[in-house]
Amino acid sequence: MDWQGQKLVEQLMQILLVISGVVALVVGYTTESFRTMMLIYAGGVVLTTLVTVPNWPFYNLHPLKWLDPSEAEKHPKPQVVPAASKKKVSKK
Amino acid sequence: MHTFGYRANALLTFAITALAFICAIASFSDKFSNQNPSAEIQILNINRFKKQSHGNDEVSLTLDISADLQSLFTWNTKQVFVFVAAEYETPKNSLNQVSLWDAIIPAKEDAKFRIQVSNKYRFIDQGQNLRGKEFNLTLHWHVMPKTGKMFADKIVMPGYSLPDAYR
Repeated sequence: MDWQGQKLVEQLMQILLVISGVVALVVGYTTESFRTMMLIYAGGVVLTTLVTVPNWPFYNLHPLKWLDPSEAEKHPKPQVVPAASKKKVSKK
Repeated sequence: MHTFGYRANALLTFAITALAFICAIASFSDKFSNQNPSAEIQILNINRFKKQSHGNDEVSLTLDISADLQSLFTWNTKQVFVFVAAEYETPKNSLNQVSLWDAIIPAKEDAKFRIQVSNKYRFIDQGQNLRGKEFNLTLHWHVMPKTGKMFADKIVMPGYSLPDAYR
């Protein structure tokens, strides 16, 4: 999941859970049924799980632009000094 | 939020925190209910009034208990525990409370009742002070919520008395 997707997931998760909670509370209080409140909230949690936890395609609309391989070859990594590496090997 | 496990954990934590908030608000909503319970107890008969072999007084009574506790039930009530206690004073103890009968009321429909019953638990004094004793009968109730703090209250009914001599 890319960065924009992660931000979207966090916002969606919080908003959906808060809305589930508020709706559950209001419906439960007006129908005087504690059981209704719990069921609505549980349904809201399941819905939020389905929307935010799997890696849906719409979370990957801004993929990271990795450096082109040909560009990377022009800037090679520094070489490790052979003497230091031999010392490490002998200690083992 | 970069992996499945991380998102699942974040969702679970937030969901449980929000659940705690909802339960706290549900418990708080009980404060807005109007409660006016009422009760009346009559002593129908004193069945036995004697001194036990080891010296303590014992009474057996038949009570007629009628109560309307329906207004105590809210959407957040699991059950109401109700009991009747006899309260009196002796030279040895400034307050004696003896539980005579109790019941659990699981639902609002059962909260308005009238029963005639002999005392469920024995009424035994610490001593021989019950002859001619004046006592109160108190109906206590404990409201147990589905979430939140239990609260208790009572109705005190004074003016009952026991006979002057053993039967």
